[in-house]
Amino acid sequence: MAYREQLKDDYQETRLVQRRLIVAAVIVLVLMSIVLGRLYVLQVVEHDHFSTLSNSNRVRLKALPPTRGLIYDRNGIVLADNLPAYRLEIIREEVEELDKTLEGLKQLVEISDLDVKKFNLASKRRRPFESVPLLFNLSDDEVARLAVNLHQFQGVEINARLTRNYPLGKHAVHALGYVARIDERDLNSVDEANYAGTTHIGKLGLEKFYEGELHGEVGYQRVEVNASGRTLRVLDEKPPLPGNNLHLTIDSALQQLAEDLFADERGSVVAVDPNNGEILALVSMPSFDPNLFVKGISSAKYSELRDSSQQPLFNRALTGQYPPGSTTKPFFGLAGLEYNIMGPKQTVYCGGYYLLPNEERKYRDWKKQGHGKMDLDGAITQSCDVYFYDLSYSLGIDRMSVFMKQFGFGQRTGVDSTGERPGLMPSRGWKRGARGQPWYPGETLITGIGQGYMLVTPIQLASATGALALQGTRYKPHLVKTIEYPADSMELETVPEVSGVYNIKKLLNWQHVVKAMENVVHNIRGTAFRISKGLTYKIAGKTGTAQVFGIAQDEEYDEENVSKKLRDHALFVGFAPAEEPKIAMAVIVENGGHGSSTAAPIARKMMDAYLLRYNATHEPVPNE
Amino acid sequence: MSKIIENDQASISRRILDAFRLDPLLMLFLFLLSGFGFLILFSASGSNIDLMLRQLTRLGVAVFLMVLVANISLRLLKKMSLVIYLVGVLLLIAVMGFGEVGKGAQRWLDFGFIRFQPSEFMKLAMPMMVASYLSEKVLPVGWKDLLISAALVGVPVLLIARQPDLGTALLVGSAGFFVLFLAGVRWKIFMVLGLLASLMAPLLWKFALHDYQRGRILTLLDPESDPLGSGYHIIQSKIAIGSGGVYGKGWLNGTQSQLDFLPERSTDFIFSVFGEEFGLFGSVLLVILYLLIIYRGLYISACSKDTYGRLLAGALSLTFFVYLFVNTGMVTGLLPVVGVPLPLVSYGGTSMVTLMVGFGMIMAIRSAKRFLA
Repeated sequence: MAYREQLKDDYQETRLVQRRLIVAAVIVLVLMSIVLGRLYVLQVVEHDHFSTLSNSNRVRLKALPPTRGLIYDRNGIVLADNLPAYRLEIIREEVEELDKTLEGLKQLVEISDLDVKKFNLASKRRRPFESVPLLFNLSDDEVARLAVNLHQFQGVEINARLTRNYPLGKHAVHALGYVARIDERDLNSVDEANYAGTTHIGKLGLEKFYEGELHGEVGYQRVEVNASGRTLRVLDEKPPLPGNNLHLTIDSALQQLAEDLFADERGSVVAVDPNNGEILALVSMPSFDPNLFVKGISSAKYSELRDSSQQPLFNRALTGQYPPGSTTKPFFGLAGLEYNIMGPKQTVYCGGYYLLPNEERKYRDWKKQGHGKMDLDGAITQSCDVYFYDLSYSLGIDRMSVFMKQFGFGQRTGVDSTGERPGLMPSRGWKRGARGQPWYPGETLITGIGQGYMLVTPIQLASATGALALQGTRYKPHLVKTIEYPADSMELETVPEVSGVYNIKKLLNWQHVVKAMENVVHNIRGTAFRISKGLTYKIAGKTGTAQVFGIAQDEEYDEENVSKKLRDHALFVGFAPAEEPKIAMAVIVENGGHGSSTAAPIARKMMDAYLLRYNATHEPVPNE
Repeated sequence: MSKIIENDQASISRRILDAFRLDPLLMLFLFLLSGFGFLILFSASGSNIDLMLRQLTRLGVAVFLMVLVANISLRLLKKMSLVIYLVGVLLLIAVMGFGEVGKGAQRWLDFGFIRFQPSEFMKLAMPMMVASYLSEKVLPVGWKDLLISAALVGVPVLLIARQPDLGTALLVGSAGFFVLFLAGVRWKIFMVLGLLASLMAPLLWKFALHDYQRGRILTLLDPESDPLGSGYHIIQSKIAIGSGGVYGKGWLNGTQSQLDFLPERSTDFIFSVFGEEFGLFGSVLLVILYLLIIYRGLYISACSKDTYGRLLAGALSLTFFVYLFVNTGMVTGLLPVVGVPLPLVSYGGTSMVTLMVGFGMIMAIRSAKRFLA
């Protein structure tokens, strides 16, 4: 070792280092070849894969929500449109601390927990770089306050977006329904892709029933974005297809008149054209402002509406089930004729009450002293109860039930809206099934005057009245007259659909019943005679009074002493002109007392408005 | 005589280079590389002229220092080795006490007028020291010299790794290692060391590495496990390079880089920009240019008549290769993310100065060879 240390061999050392340098050069080449091989794999073998990834990095689809279809009345008056409304929107990706941002915003505007909840729900459906609305319909004041302070909040913006607007507010709300912010349940029922970018959805009424027509088709923008998600340019675009417009059968003026006539009363009116089932007015009072729901109703305001004793949210026209009272009498009278139980001139003596064989209970007439001898015409004109007790006793509940169902009682009419209830047409079988009890003869009697188990909805009653007017042909009531497809510039008219036809056995039987209904209005003894003053056309009608609470056998109903809430419901059904019906309707005024005093006048005024104007516009203009 | 005149007339530039004792081939390659560098830096920085000017200034300073060093005699360089090394170690110790903290690591010394990174200094001081020590010994090295050399390498490397700066520790360590390798340490010893290292690896994993360093290695094995965290760099870099294909998306047209998807794209990940915009074709060309520089350095080393110069030139060239390999390996997802720039192309001044000074030494070694010859 010592020797070697002494002697440095330059030649040997040079050779040694040079050998090592060659080894190093080879290693360098090998390692760089590995890198080059790797580059070959990335850039040639897996190029397509990375190319796709690169494109999905930079190209993003941005949903363009379609404009919701408009809703017009039959004369072109706008009932629902879209207005630009200011929204507070947040792009989550750009917000550093969402909680802090929300706290800060709460100092400026009112943000409820519900708003935050809905925002969080909506956020789940949007990608982090998409803006999600937090507040809708900001007031000018709120916009001003936010705009000044917006610089403090990264990722928060105020945007003007088209939002559903009901220009007439409370008007016809129970026909239209409303839209509100989409919730989780809604998402399960729609194609989520088509609702990317959509914030509102039809929740009730036409807005819900025709959601598919009104919504339209979502459009897309392919945009190039940078890493922070900001849009740099639009690559291409598929514009959204606007929703289809609905032209309703509703006559806004007629609807408005009815709403005005109700004033502070509660109740419902459904007016149809019996010749095709077009609903001219669908009124449920009181009403509410649907714009509240579009904006996002506060829970306080919502509970106020929901818990109000006036029940403004309750759609009486389709979901209110009432005892029909005497409005059933024309139908049962017709049944008596058709089943040959009672001839048109056959009389029954009315002494103020009716007794069943072997029973002590008195079935009272509304007129304490009785009507005396009554034939069909008199019994309908004066609304004699005893005549119909007797008739019902002979008919029996099962025949009554079968007959009435042919006029649509106890079934949904199938109107193009949501929430309709079927009412109830009782029978022996029904009671056994539903209540597990036998049918009692007394129940047949009270069914004969529209009390007891029988329940109808206003739309049912209007539809059945229309069938009387048209001598047995019952059209399905509908709200949409035409659907306008702006994308294809075409219109589709609703074809009237017949729900049922009653084949009369003796054609003359119609005349007996209709004549009696005319007398209800036009005969001095008629229960609705008071509305006949100044009539230039003939109305065939029938009043009704439905008991809300039962009176004991020996008690008397004293209108003065009964609180408003327990007073009878007032009803009126009718059609006009009697010879050539153009309008048929049902009116119910809750706790309105007698049909003759509150319900019938509403019908008269509406018929006047509709028929006289109708004549004015459809008759040839006289030559000058 | 006429031939000489002809030659002189043919290349005035050659005469200028000779006057400054610069190697014409190496100068050509470095010039080309810098050209590529500025081309891609312009794209990666989003056409930022200010940034280009700053980088150009640094290059000017670096070239100036290179020429300066190229004119120092090899003898003086060797004499200075020990002093430079000791100053470097002292500065490293100083950095532990008074260093500036930046990005979670203590790497900088602030002298008021200049911020200085002693670990960078060590990249040159280390091979100089080891080469100067071993050049006095009989080669191949014996056990005693090997152990002393190992200590010379180990102390600064540990100091740097503690800052922590894994990338620089790796470069400084390999610079020292390459001198030992070239000095002919027996293969058997390398095998023993390799075996020891693999036995030590689990312990190092547990005690020597910081959490984020462990994370980087884990991320390499499965980048998708944390696509938005530490895996994001690797994923986006691979997408950039892979989507470049054979011919690339074209200069200034790389979507990954121009749209900000690629992080650190003007510094450590600049090769990804190159790969995206110039494709496999451009990348291979760039790698070949790097290899030419490395092989020129190795050739100069092999031709040197002086052991010190031979060891130093070889080690510097191989260190330059480590830069290249670690950086390209990192951006292509072969190696973990270690903060090693693409030499002479990545934006940043410190490594550029160090590297150019290194090339200045290689040129000084080449001139010395001619003197001896």
